[in-house]
Amino acid sequence: MNAPTHLSRRGLLKAGGFIALGFSLAGPEVFAQQAGNPALLGDLRQFPRISSWLRINADKSVTLLVGKVELGQGILTAVVQLCADELDVDIRRISVLSGDTALVPNEGTTAGSFSMPNCGTAVRQVSAEARALLVGLAAQKLGVDAGVLRVADGAVIAPDGRSTSYWDLVTGKELEVEATGKAPMKVAGERRYIGRDVPRLDIPAKVVGAPIYVQDHRPAGMVHGRVVRPPSARARLASLDTAAVEAMPGVIKVVRDGSFIGVVAKREEQALAAASKLSQAAKWDVKGGGPTSETIYDWLQTAPAKDIPIKDQKRTDAKPVAASLERVYRRPYQMHGSIGPSAAVATFAADGGSVAIQTHSQSVFETSEAIRKMLGLAEGKVRCQHMQGSGCYGHNGADDVAADAALLARAVPGTPVRVQWSRRDEHRYEPYGSAMVMKAKADLDADGNVLDWTFDLWSSSHGVRPSGNPGNLLAAHYLEKPFAQPTPVNGGGPNYAADRNAIALYEFPGHKVTTHFVAEMPVRSSSTRGLGAYANIFAIESFIDELAAMAKADPVEYRLRFLKDARARDVVTKAAERFGWATWQRKEGHGRGFAFARYKNLAAYTAIAMEVRVDRSTGEIRVLRAVAANDSGEIVSPDGVANQIEGGLIQSLSWTLKEGVRFDAEGAVSSGDWESYPILTFEEVPAIEVVHVNRPGAPFLGTGEASQGPAGAALANAVADACGARLRDLPFTPARVMAGLKA
Amino acid sequence: MARLKVNGRVHEVDAPEDSWLLYVLRNDLGLNGPKYGCGMDQCGACTVTIGGSAVRSCVTKLSEVGDKEVVTVEGLGTLDKPSKLQQAFIDEQAAQCGYCVPGMIMKAKALLDFDPKPTEAKVRSALNENLCRCGAHNRIVRAVLRASREA
Ligand code: FES
Ligand code: FES
Repeated sequence: MNAPTHLSRRGLLKAGGFIALGFSLAGPEVFAQQAGNPALLGDLRQFPRISSWLRINADKSVTLLVGKVELGQGILTAVVQLCADELDVDIRRISVLSGDTALVPNEGTTAGSFSMPNCGTAVRQVSAEARALLVGLAAQKLGVDAGVLRVADGAVIAPDGRSTSYWDLVTGKELEVEATGKAPMKVAGERRYIGRDVPRLDIPAKVVGAPIYVQDHRPAGMVHGRVVRPPSARARLASLDTAAVEAMPGVIKVVRDGSFIGVVAKREEQALAAASKLSQAAKWDVKGGGPTSETIYDWLQTAPAKDIPIKDQKRTDAKPVAASLERVYRRPYQMHGSIGPSAAVATFAADGGSVAIQTHSQSVFETSEAIRKMLGLAEGKVRCQHMQGSGCYGHNGADDVAADAALLARAVPGTPVRVQWSRRDEHRYEPYGSAMVMKAKADLDADGNVLDWTFDLWSSSHGVRPSGNPGNLLAAHYLEKPFAQPTPVNGGGPNYAADRNAIALYEFPGHKVTTHFVAEMPVRSSSTRGLGAYANIFAIESFIDELAAMAKADPVEYRLRFLKDARARDVVTKAAERFGWATWQRKEGHGRGFAFARYKNLAAYTAIAMEVRVDRSTGEIRVLRAVAANDSGEIVSPDGVANQIEGGLIQSLSWTLKEGVRFDAEGAVSSGDWESYPILTFEEVPAIEVVHVNRPGAPFLGTGEASQGPAGAALANAVADACGARLRDLPFTPARVMAGLKA
Repeated sequence: MARLKVNGRVHEVDAPEDSWLLYVLRNDLGLNGPKYGCGMDQCGACTVTIGGSAVRSCVTKLSEVGDKEVVTVEGLGTLDKPSKLQQAFIDEQAAQCGYCVPGMIMKAKALLDFDPKPTEAKVRSALNENLCRCGAHNRIVRAVLRASREA
């Protein structure tokens, strides 16, 4: 167990997800702790006991227990870097256990770019606390002052050469104490891993096909389940004859509970065949009369809404208004569209009293509670264990498929049931990013400077995560005793939801922002990367460009007139410099665009400059290159940050150029595959350069959603610059470009 | 019983002849490289090579394979000894979630076997119908070019 490569391999497989541990725990000890010591950082404040986060194992390894989970964003590698540095151990000794509701601190949902601020910060501090504690124990043991001891890879060494080690010092309950908040953390020069690129721990397993995803989890005796969904979400089952399906080869069970129907079969092909037959046998009552993907924008602006003023700063000067501009921008429903459809494996205990579920949920704790209530099980009887899934960009089908698997597994107690959604169901039934309408208005002085800025947005929900409520689980809507979808509310400040980034970071004399939140959901919508930020930034940063054009000002210079935050100005300047904004030479058909935002107005700062070419004869847009300057505070992993910024930028280009969910008045979604809902491909992806602005010592700022908004807006601005067509309706299809050229 | 040659070994598989190869590889042979992404020939997550050509296993029947050899990422290398191409993906950190990556690797493998020194444009065009949602495209292209350079 001391060969480092062996440890690292173990580490990466554990980092891939849950692992059955050799030790048992009476209960989640992490629940009963004294929370609230203000000296403690991030989630450590809530779970101050060191042993909740760290185990020093007899085999000379270290186990880190975290409630945040790996979504492909590299978070588990980043927390291992932090732990290795602060604890002073070789990185290969550390393995991570994440997202098991029975074992790890409840850090809530892994979302909103909170992982580094809440979990990373906690891991860093708890590791420093553990180091201080262990050095103290070593000092007693060696009879010297703690201050003279040094630590090298877990060995604690006195000046005279005598030593002990973490593995000798921890024999029992030594770490079962609360962190004090007093342990010193390392400064830049003392670190080996933080700020350097450490290869991600999970990638080797992924390239050789090791079983690292929940989709690959196939326990012995497992069978396959499939759910048959209605033609549209509002439809309910009218009739169903199951006899023919029951007689099919391999079919173990046909499950029907109200309008929830599914099959369990021995082989996966058999489950698929049975589900397709079941789908033909099912007759549904559909319900029309709703808005369509075309009428949704009018519907949003006329549906009953809660009007929430989120900023109302009155102008105090008396400068005369020389001109005004008002513009409306629209965003359709857009998908997460993970490449691997959602999957889960559920196993009911033989007595039917409890269930264990392997899931790629972002919110294992709240989801297990919602499923427990749906199933009517006693408290603590649903255990969720996180395993990685395919790319997760928000509240996708992960929780719903976990509920599906639990409902099907209930019909065959003692047998693990694996459910994976079909591509068609993933496309039609994942909760989308909400359609939105944004209206921006500005009153200007004689120089074209903003005097009054007014921004209104209309949106339905960006947050119906399970939150312990079964009504937020898709399957629960269809049961014989259904659970109703709870009325969604809009998340307020400082993070906001529909209105995330609706308050421009620019300083205008008058500034008013109003959210019009529509609770009704014609199609289900929930957290999708960035929530409202993508659409709001798209609108704000398009509008500011339109104002710059009116003022005949350079778009970068015009932004800097109103941008006072020094770090914001820095990324704007750096992106412009690296792009070569000042020296850029226009080529036929080419254009350049710029955009900036600080995600949530409190996370990473990102400015993007982009060059495009527009073909006036076809309306096709080609994105040629993009430069993103980014400030995420202190950088733990430069390549990890670059990967997030690039990935977000490319995904945003895909949204902006191509994506919009289509549905009819019954709510039936016709964007059911990659042909009807295409995404960006290799030949369309531009060269991307990420410029890091590192701030050693500054707090970690979340990065995962930072580039989404600026990328879409920079593209809109570049297209306008290239051909004069100002596109305000997403996505920018060739037809829209052609229409824009004629306008 | 069907005979199937996969990653250098011959297997007797007890699966109906009209089973999709993807499910046979995953469920009967316990492989994880080929992934279910769409089942409709639209994404490439299930890509394997058959007789050296990249093929989508979700729309290939077991009976169509015949005696040609099927290769998945498991057949290229292991955790301890990844192939050059796999190592290039590690070196370039060419993944976010990585779900698309085994399909990308097999598609790239078929390309490099046929054209060991492709241009970047050729790599992009070869991979164009393999979808990635995380935006790892440029890293994946760099990994394939690196493997080509280092071969
Ligand atoms: S799973 Fe075969 S092409 Fe998508
Ligand atoms: S890395 Fe996630 S789909 Fe490609």
